[in-house]
Amino acid sequence: MILWSILIILAAAVGAFLFAKSQATTLQTANTGRLASLPGQHGLLAAAVAMLAGLAGVLVSIPFSTSFAWMMPVLGAAAATIAAFFTISRITPKWHARNKFEAIVMGVLIASSIVAILTTVGIFASVVFESVAFFRQVNIFEFLFTTQWSPTGTPPAFGFIPLLTGTLLITFIAIAVATPLGLFAAIFLAEYASPTLRRWMKPVLEMLAGIPTVVLGFFAALTVAPLIKHSGNAIGLDVASESALAAGLVMGMMIVPLISSLSDDIINAVPQSLRDGSYAMGATKSETIKRVVLPAALPGIMSAVMLAISRAIGETMIVVMAAGLAANLTFNPLAAVSTITVQIATLLVGDQEFDSAKTLSAFALGIVLFFITLALNYIAMRIVQRYRQAYD
Amino acid sequence: MNQMSTARATESNTQMVGERTTRISARKVNIYYGEKHAIKDLSIEIPDRSVSAFIGPSGCGKSTFLRAINRMNDTIEGCRLTGEVRLDDKNIYDKDVDVVQLRSHVGMVFQKPNPFPKSIFENVAYGPRIHGLAKNKTDLEEMVVASLKKAGLFEEVKDRLDAPGTGLSGGQQQRLCIARAIAVNPEVILMDEPCSALDPIATARIEELIDELRQNYCIVIVTHSMQQAARVSQLTAFFHLGTLVETGDTNSMFTNPRDKRTQDYITGRFG
Repeated sequence: MILWSILIILAAAVGAFLFAKSQATTLQTANTGRLASLPGQHGLLAAAVAMLAGLAGVLVSIPFSTSFAWMMPVLGAAAATIAAFFTISRITPKWHARNKFEAIVMGVLIASSIVAILTTVGIFASVVFESVAFFRQVNIFEFLFTTQWSPTGTPPAFGFIPLLTGTLLITFIAIAVATPLGLFAAIFLAEYASPTLRRWMKPVLEMLAGIPTVVLGFFAALTVAPLIKHSGNAIGLDVASESALAAGLVMGMMIVPLISSLSDDIINAVPQSLRDGSYAMGATKSETIKRVVLPAALPGIMSAVMLAISRAIGETMIVVMAAGLAANLTFNPLAAVSTITVQIATLLVGDQEFDSAKTLSAFALGIVLFFITLALNYIAMRIVQRYRQAYD
Repeated sequence: MNQMSTARATESNTQMVGERTTRISARKVNIYYGEKHAIKDLSIEIPDRSVSAFIGPSGCGKSTFLRAINRMNDTIEGCRLTGEVRLDDKNIYDKDVDVVQLRSHVGMVFQKPNPFPKSIFENVAYGPRIHGLAKNKTDLEEMVVASLKKAGLFEEVKDRLDAPGTGLSGGQQQRLCIARAIAVNPEVILMDEPCSALDPIATARIEELIDELRQNYCIVIVTHSMQQAARVSQLTAFFHLGTLVETGDTNSMFTNPRDKRTQDYITGRFG
């Protein structure tokens, strides 16, 4: 029925457009003077009004849709037709259809952005709501400041510190791998690569970002982690079969294209006139890059790295597969650790009862994650503002 | 206005009695951008300690040739040059010439002021730093102050050397770029339409400065403004469609051009 309603409303809108346009054209030929709006604009206004009225009709019919299914298309069509005829009846040479249509367009655009904002607010509200339920059962200080995490244990323990350190450890490894690799790749692409090389190299690099993280995850678990374990054992180190290092390395590879691609764009945006100025002073290419191009691009590169950090903190799949579930409080990259996202995923997989502290703890973790990323974004924004340079 | 500037040009020419030594000489230079033949068979002699102006309609190749003098065209892909450009009798297109060293002798000021996004001090200190000219910090400070003074900017910025160079006005930025260029002690300064982005007052300041700098440097300036060429230069070269039509003493060129095309251009019939 919804499909029929949409089709009927669309048909009404098209009809309204054609009818209004022909009415206005007739008026234009009959009148020697010019119309305030073009015939096409009258048509667009009639179509837009018909569509909005039709949608309103459909919305009104929703409460009755279970008992009277036929009401939806009928109400929609009726509302659209009446609105269309009303609009068309108002066509006069002086009627400013264009301005009204512009107002409707603006309304639609505002509504779209409000939907996005409301969604964010809604998600945040629901997470806060569930977290409050959690903190009614578990003391917030126990959650924030104790170092045992075992939600399924008896008695359960909800200290999220080991998860925080695990997250930070893996993120740190990933960023330590990805920042130099990504930045050097970006410098090569932007400053040294010939246009031909750059044309195929950049898409190939970006392809790495297109690999699903599940695939990267089993690559980490089945290839990288054993490799690290064997080579570690060979030189006499005690390496867990699922290690923070393996997850961090693969996660680093995942965000290399993010950093390199963004930084490449940023370096390219540094005006050529600055490079020319430096070359004309007798600076070499590397001096120019080091002393002029990179300092100018630094705020942008910083925000790219911050974006990469947010991405790494929120990444789940690779860590689930490669880093393990043991919430150890350690900074040893060779040990198994667990992260906030991994715990959220494992806590909510499968059928859950939604009132136990175990399930609700996922929401508390979610809110912590939310605040961490929020803080990072804020810092990134401040850095960019602080160091932003106007080129002109 | 025109008469006044001609008068000034005459005056400065009478100060330059006698032969000037040639600093730059080009012989049979051809420059190509890919298939496009931008400069055709150009030969010219540019004297030391004077201002030479390149004039001509847009796209005539005057900037292209200017950029050939410090090999800035090397940074443009597909740009080729044949012939010789000699700086003090050394062909700068010889294989053994170090471009980096060449550019420290031949400075350049661009059309749009392009200060680095650094402080005023760091902008001027850039050249001395990369070429290791200063022995210590005080030495560097002296160099920066001296260059700013030579560029006539010091009095305006002495209290805010740590402020970003990009925060200055357009004319000040351009003088900062000139200070930056002279901080490495070049012998030649190339200026590519240095006043085209500036208002008349800032332009007058720069022109005054160019006239002062002429005492110590060989200056080559590309300009769209014939009045400017008449005001600041001693030698004028007229370019048209990639060829050098006429070179001569600025004064006689503007009063008595030999070529029909030069006459048409300076009387405003085209360009």
